[in-house]
Amino acid sequence: MTDTQRHDTQRQETQRSDTRETPESTLLRRTSAVRVPVRGRAWFVERRTITLVVGCVVAMLALGFVGLSYGTSWATPGEVFGALTGLEPSVVIAEWRAPRVVAGMLFGAALGVAGAIFQNLTRNPMGSPDIIGLDAGAYTGALLVMTVFAGASTTVAFGAVAGGLVTAALVYSLSRSNGLSGMRLVVIGIAVNAMVTALNNWLVLRAELEVAMAAVGWNSGSLNGIDWEDLLVPFTVIALLLAVIGLRASALQQSALGDSIAVSTGVPLERQRLLMVLVGVGCTATVTAVAGPVMFVALAAPQIGRRLAKAPGVPLLPAALTGAVLLQLADLIAQMLLAPVSLPVGVVTTAIGGGYLIWLLAQEVRRR
Amino acid sequence: MTTRLSAQDVTLSYGDRVVSTRLSLDVPDGAFTAVVGPNGCGKSTLLRAFVRLLKPGEGTVSLDSRSVSDLPAKALARELAFLPQDPLAPEGITVRQLVARGRYPHQSLLALWTTADEQAVAEAMVTAEVEDFADRPVAELSGGQRQRVWVAMVLAQDTPYLLLDEPTSFLDITHQYRLLALLSRLRDEGRTVIAVLHDINQACRYADHLVAMKEGRIAAEGTAADVVDAALIKDVFDLPSVIVADPVSGTPMVVPE
Repeated sequence: MTDTQRHDTQRQETQRSDTRETPESTLLRRTSAVRVPVRGRAWFVERRTITLVVGCVVAMLALGFVGLSYGTSWATPGEVFGALTGLEPSVVIAEWRAPRVVAGMLFGAALGVAGAIFQNLTRNPMGSPDIIGLDAGAYTGALLVMTVFAGASTTVAFGAVAGGLVTAALVYSLSRSNGLSGMRLVVIGIAVNAMVTALNNWLVLRAELEVAMAAVGWNSGSLNGIDWEDLLVPFTVIALLLAVIGLRASALQQSALGDSIAVSTGVPLERQRLLMVLVGVGCTATVTAVAGPVMFVALAAPQIGRRLAKAPGVPLLPAALTGAVLLQLADLIAQMLLAPVSLPVGVVTTAIGGGYLIWLLAQEVRRR
Repeated sequence: MTTRLSAQDVTLSYGDRVVSTRLSLDVPDGAFTAVVGPNGCGKSTLLRAFVRLLKPGEGTVSLDSRSVSDLPAKALARELAFLPQDPLAPEGITVRQLVARGRYPHQSLLALWTTADEQAVAEAMVTAEVEDFADRPVAELSGGQRQRVWVAMVLAQDTPYLLLDEPTSFLDITHQYRLLALLSRLRDEGRTVIAVLHDINQACRYADHLVAMKEGRIAAEGTAADVVDAALIKDVFDLPSVIVADPVSGTPMVVPE
């Protein structure tokens, strides 16, 4: 037998084993989605997504439990359950620790979704609001309201949203020249981010001492000292924004097929984009108004979620769940690392996320 | 010849660059229309105007004598399906998932699936011959397979009209002819096909209605036998040629001198 013949036989064998495998593996893969019947119609959910949802919920509950127990002194599980059910009231657990735990979850989810929205818009894994300067811009808005207008917390929130929108408009108009390129938007966004951050520092330096002290503690994003009163409005706003974008999620996924196919399959692209920017900026700015600019959750969560869910594109639900777990985890680390001093959670997310960003940039360079 | 879809006196431009002025075209129903012409003559632009990707500065594109810009986005998408030259496959998407995206205009807000949806996806995959690799990631496929997956997605949209912008460009010669044969079969089943084609001889062989464009205007239209001669090819492509009968189909065949 010559070499070529042997080669041919080998190839035939591989082909044959391929065909033998196909029916079985197809069957296996077909069952990768679960069919949920809804009034004669059906809703397909990938098994991986269900696993992810369950996993993340368990992780959130576990981290939440640790968060409720952890403090200057550890609470026993009995005390935590007692406080939760109201049988054994505890101000420390119900009024101090619980809001922080809930804020970590909801803000994390909001940041994850905001990141997924902008990564979809820019079609680039680096196109997240924290990288392109929207967090910093929202913070500028909040700072301006605090220092110049001495506003209350609701006005600060409006300032943050306005700041985020102005920055988004600025980045968009600077990067728009004969069509929109995601990469150009990211690069310009990074530059805008640097400039806006400098402006923020200047604003803090110029501010009254008291305001400056408050602002600096907030500068890197922190959940320290959050209570229920701070959370009512942001929770309502974020819940609304998430509901709105949840209803438009399929249009968002459809837009990932390129502008041409999105339009020709019936996505009202201009309206969809405007809605995405508003929801994305709204989520980012609301979190920033309460907790300051928490960096890198929006960048990393959608990409981690996407890989865990093995879903096509950058889907919203995995991003929200991963974001919630990430921020909760980062906040616990921030509390424990230099205990009894509680670090701003943004320090932890920046430290973890910075490494991730370097890896992402290296990937991007290699791809080109 | 009846016409549901037509462009009347449309002026098409990208910003300041005007591509076509006062262009009119009636697309014959149930026929295979091929649009040919040199690069940059406005073929793709015309197709984009039909599917509302480009709004005419003047004139109207109409379906059933209603301007397409008045139709709801999804309603138009249930009439016209379009395969552009530059579709994007989201990272990690499988063939089946991509083909299923063609059902978007048929679905409600919550993206619930009907048996009709499932059937259309399954049929589209069989017709475009992609069911063998239905569960593989699109990124792993060859260029030719990928193009067939996009065709399957457009078929799953289940529209009376199929508009394709150079659908054969990434295919080897076998798959080019198989795709063209598939488009003819779809035409036979009652769909209207409008394709921008690069190869004039393929256009002559498969098209019922040939539209030759030059510098944004229509130089000639009609059956290939009626319109294709050496003078037209010289005019449109600036290429001296001899026209002979295609030995297989008998349609005109352009042989450059």
